[in-house]
Order: sequence, then C-alpha cells, then structure tokens
Amino acid sequence: MSDTATARSEGDERTITGKAIRLEGVTKRYPGQQRPAVDGVTLEIPAGQVVMLVGPSGCGKTTTLKMINRLIEPTEGRIVLGEEDVTDIDGDDLRRRIGYVIQAGGLFPHMTVAQNIAIVPKMLGWDDARVKERTTELLDLVSLDPDTYRDRYPKELSGGQQQRVGVARALAADPPVLLMDEPFGAVDPITRQRLQDELIRIQHELRKTIVIVTHDFDEAVKLGDWIVVFREGAHIAQYDTPERILAEPADEFVESFIGSGAGLKQLGLQRVRDVDLAEAVTARPGDSAADALARAEAAGHGHVVVVDERDRPLSWPSRRALQRMTSIPEAADPKTPVVGSGATLNDALDEMLVSSAGAALVTGHRGAFVGVITVEVVMAAISAVRAAASDAMAGAPVGTNASDPAARGSDG
Amino acid sequence: MSYETDGVGNNMGEFVTGRVGEIAFASVQHLSLVAQSLVIATVLGVGIAALVYRNATFSAVANGVTAIGLTIPAFALIGLMVAPLGFGVTPAVVVVVFYAVLPILRNAVVGLAGVDQAVVESARGIGMSRFRTFWRVELPIAWPVILSGVRISGQMVMGIAAVAAFVLGPGLGGLIFQGLSRMGGAGSIESIVTAVVGVIVLALVLDLALLAIGRLTTPKGIRV
Repeated sequence: MSDTATARSEGDERTITGKAIRLEGVTKRYPGQQRPAVDGVTLEIPAGQVVMLVGPSGCGKTTTLKMINRLIEPTEGRIVLGEEDVTDIDGDDLRRRIGYVIQAGGLFPHMTVAQNIAIVPKMLGWDDARVKERTTELLDLVSLDPDTYRDRYPKELSGGQQQRVGVARALAADPPVLLMDEPFGAVDPITRQRLQDELIRIQHELRKTIVIVTHDFDEAVKLGDWIVVFREGAHIAQYDTPERILAEPADEFVESFIGSGAGLKQLGLQRVRDVDLAEAVTARPGDSAADALARAEAAGHGHVVVVDERDRPLSWPSRRALQRMTSIPEAADPKTPVVGSGATLNDALDEMLVSSAGAALVTGHRGAFVGVITVEVVMAAISAVRAAASDAMAGAPVGTNASDPAARGSDG
Repeated sequence: MSYETDGVGNNMGEFVTGRVGEIAFASVQHLSLVAQSLVIATVLGVGIAALVYRNATFSAVANGVTAIGLTIPAFALIGLMVAPLGFGVTPAVVVVVFYAVLPILRNAVVGLAGVDQAVVESARGIGMSRFRTFWRVELPIAWPVILSGVRISGQMVMGIAAVAAFVLGPGLGGLIFQGLSRMGGAGSIESIVTAVVGVIVLALVLDLALLAIGRLTTPKGIRV
C-alpha cells in the first residue's frame, strides 16, 4: 500500500473534486431472459478514486456502468450520487452532471473539436466567453495545443487524439464523476500506454471519481485504486485493491482472470520514486578521470555517473573504462539506461534488461539525476508488496450482490 | 421529311416567341409546384423516417410502401384524387408530394439507421435528450444521404408535375395537354416539345440548386 499512500500524500494539495457513488441492490432484467444481466449489485465507489470494473465479456460490467448514469434504467435498486438519490431524477439532467467517455471517443463527426467540447456547457447555459475559455483550458489539460486543434474535425485527428478530445468533452462541465467504457480499447498499444499515463496525470490533478470498464486486467492494475472483478450476472468475485487481488485472489475464477505472472504484474503497481534508490559517485565532463576513479573506489562503487551542468546524466562509465581516460568525456552515451522517477518498476526492469546493466539511472525533476535503481531493489519491492498486501485491510468499500454471499459461495 | 422538320423548326421559333409570357409563367408555376412539394415531402419523409428507423419491422414496412408506391402510375393516382379533392392545385400538390416523399423516405431511413450507434450513445451519455440527439446529431450526420434522396425526388416529380396538369393544376403540363388535345392541329407538336424541353431545363436548374444547397447545408466535417 505504500505506493498509493505516497501518491495520495503528494496529491494532498489538490482537493478531491469527485463524489462517492453508491449502488444499492441494483438489478437489470431484460424481458425474455431468465437470468438478470446484473443481479442485485451493491457497490460503494469512494469519492476521488479510480475503480475498475473488469470481467469476461458479457459479465454485466458495461451494463453496471451504464446504470450509474442511467443510460440503462435499472429494474430494481437505488443509485446514490454523493448524498443524493438519483434513481428517479431526470436522466438527461443526471447525465449532464456525469462525464461519459466511450471507445474511440464517440465524437460528433460534423462538429469541430471545440464544438464537441462545448456541447455540455452550452446545454447548461454557459455564456460564450466562458465556454471558449473552458475549451482552451481542457485542450491544454489533455495535451492538445488549443490553437492547432480547436477548429479541426474529428476525421482530421488520430485515434489517440480523438480519445483525448473525448476525455476533454466529458470533463467540460467539470462533473464530479467520470464514467469510461473501454476507453482505450481502440488504439494501438503504444498510444494506449501514453493515454493511460495521461489519465493518471489528469486524475492526479483533478481527483475525480472515475469508474472504468475494461477487459484488460493489466490496464485495471495500472489505473485502478480499486478493482471489481465480475463474473456472469455482474456477481462480484472480488472487490479490492490491485495489490490484494494480485497477492490474494479470492478464488480460482479471479486467479484465472489475472492470468499468469501475478508477481510481474505487481511491478506495474509501484513507481520508481517509491523505492529506495542507491547513491552514486557523480562527475562532470572535463573533471579529472583519476580523481573520479579515486572517489568511486573510496565509495566502493563500480561506476561513475557523468552529469551535465543541469545534473542530467550523460554517460555511466565503469571504473575499468575510467582507468583508460585522463579526463571525463563530454559525449552523451545513448545506451545509458535512464528511467524517470514516475516510471513503474516494470518500466525500470525493462530498461535494465535492454541495457543489460542490472541497474538504471533515475531522473527526477527536469531530468536531473537523483539515484540508481538496481535489480535487487526491484526484487525487494516485490516481496514487500506481497507481504503488505497479505495484511488485513480496514476501510475497504463495500461490494456485494444482494443474494446471500454464503449461498453464492456454494453454487460458485 | 426535311420539309416537315424545317417547318417544325420555323414553327417552333414562332411558337415560342409568340408565347414567351405564357411559357415563362407556366415554367415558374411548374418549378414552384415542384419546389414547394419537395419541401413538404422532405419534412414528411424525414418525419416518417424519424418514427420508423429505430424499429426493424417499421423500417421494412416503410421500404415496402416506398417500393410499391413507385409502381403506381401517376396518371391513375391523379384520376383517383379527382373524386375526393376535385380539380385544381390541391390534387396536383397531393400527388406530387406523394411521389416526392418516397425516395426521400427511403434515403432518410437508410441515412438515419446508418448513423454510428457509438456516436448516438455518446450523445445520450453526455445528457442530450432524445429529441436533441436526433436534431443535433443524427439528422446532420444523415443529411447528405437524405439530400441525395431529395435530388432523386426532384428529378422524378418534375415529370409527374407535368401530368398534374390533367387536373388543371399549374405548370408546363398544360402545354402538353393542349398539344395532345389538338393533335395534328397547328402548333400542337410545338406546344408539346416546348413543354418537354422546359421540364428538362427546369430539372437541370433544380438539380443544380439542390447541389448548391447540399454544399451549403452539409457540415464540413462530414463532407466527402
């Protein structure tokens, strides 16, 4: 839990703008079907957190999501947003207060980017100046240059850009809750990863309550503060933190859904900034090689990190290499393994394996060198996560189905 | 034969110059009948399509009616309209609108059903009402398809409007019926030829106008 705790404390200056959502015994029955598509789900979604709904296709996760904003009307049960029961209020009115993003953005092809984003604010009666200002602000937020993209049409954007505009449109009226239905399903893996990182950054800034449906468990681990694993009929198999689900899957179903390599997946949970970094001897180009070598020997280090005038790492020569130099070279070595402090341990391990160094340099603010991460640190982090996750957790949000859990356990 | 052709040619010129006012008036009337009927037909066609396109059965019925409707001879339908509506402009408009609706309805159903459901869902998902979704999202996206239906209608009912003169309706049809009733008499052929050429010219003018309207009313983002 150390990582989420750290992430949250960093975000403390940002107040939570999200509202809690509570589903109480929500059921959806379709006519002509014996089993309900969603069977009495009771689910608490804490304010300002990201909850991932995962499960095999047809398990009712999307139906559950769409009942939160009543795109699908529940047959039974109550939906509570913050302190307000929204089960019976006007559906369109409710949806204007909840952001909604679907696969590929669902942009309106006949409207420009700005017009797409302006729809909800205009429906809410904002004046033109305020709408324009908000559009610019949102395009900035999703890393699209407002002047370049404002007047473009969706067909003139790439898939990833369309998805960003979709997120901007959903956030336009600053809703406390954001619902996303397989938001990154239609883009290529590299773009998907970038969009996920972007969403993490945006959430870090905004602290909304976000509910995301996905069938990709790795995505759930990466983005979620909490994960709900559904089986058919939206029966909740497990509702827990990613750490706990990976460390202690509730049953075989969850285990099989996680797939192999749970230990490796845990690396995706921790960020480089959360682990202890090793120190290193640094030198600047032009320094005496012998002097640097002496300092490295004194510290017992095998390598010296060469940094430029702004402390950005240039190269990482070994003691053996230093012995052959008179002064430290200025040239940057492109093969130097470098990771940002915001990268996951998974990314760091990748970098180490590619460079075959068994360690990587970590950079912090503006690319300045902060320390060294080693394979040993990564291994220790995995063990620590497993140990921490096994401790019983208090204060977990409620997630059950209305039917007797014991009875469900016996037929499951 | 050559004498006759020359004769017709000469007579043609005389016929047209002698009746410029009458022909111009009939042309304007004809175009006005078609244009107004097209507007009514577009409203009706899109309206009916809006009611049926979400339902597969209703859409199939609408398509069936369209197909059968187009097989009814215009002349027969006009004859049938005389009994309840009498003579004059009303039966002419009713018949022209009836035929004009058919291609528009068919295209509107196809166009509206072809709107990406993901777009409709996201419109509903951000709180647009059913009506607003139709008006602001579905209709503009389906508009190019609907408009091509309007153009087909325009071409088709140009001819049908000429038949409408049978019930003393307005337009160039009057010249055709005058010619037919005096077949073999002086100026009968000229009368018919003038009307036919007039109808063709009007059809071209109307099509160009609709094309221009299409350019102006199709949102840039979905222009091909």
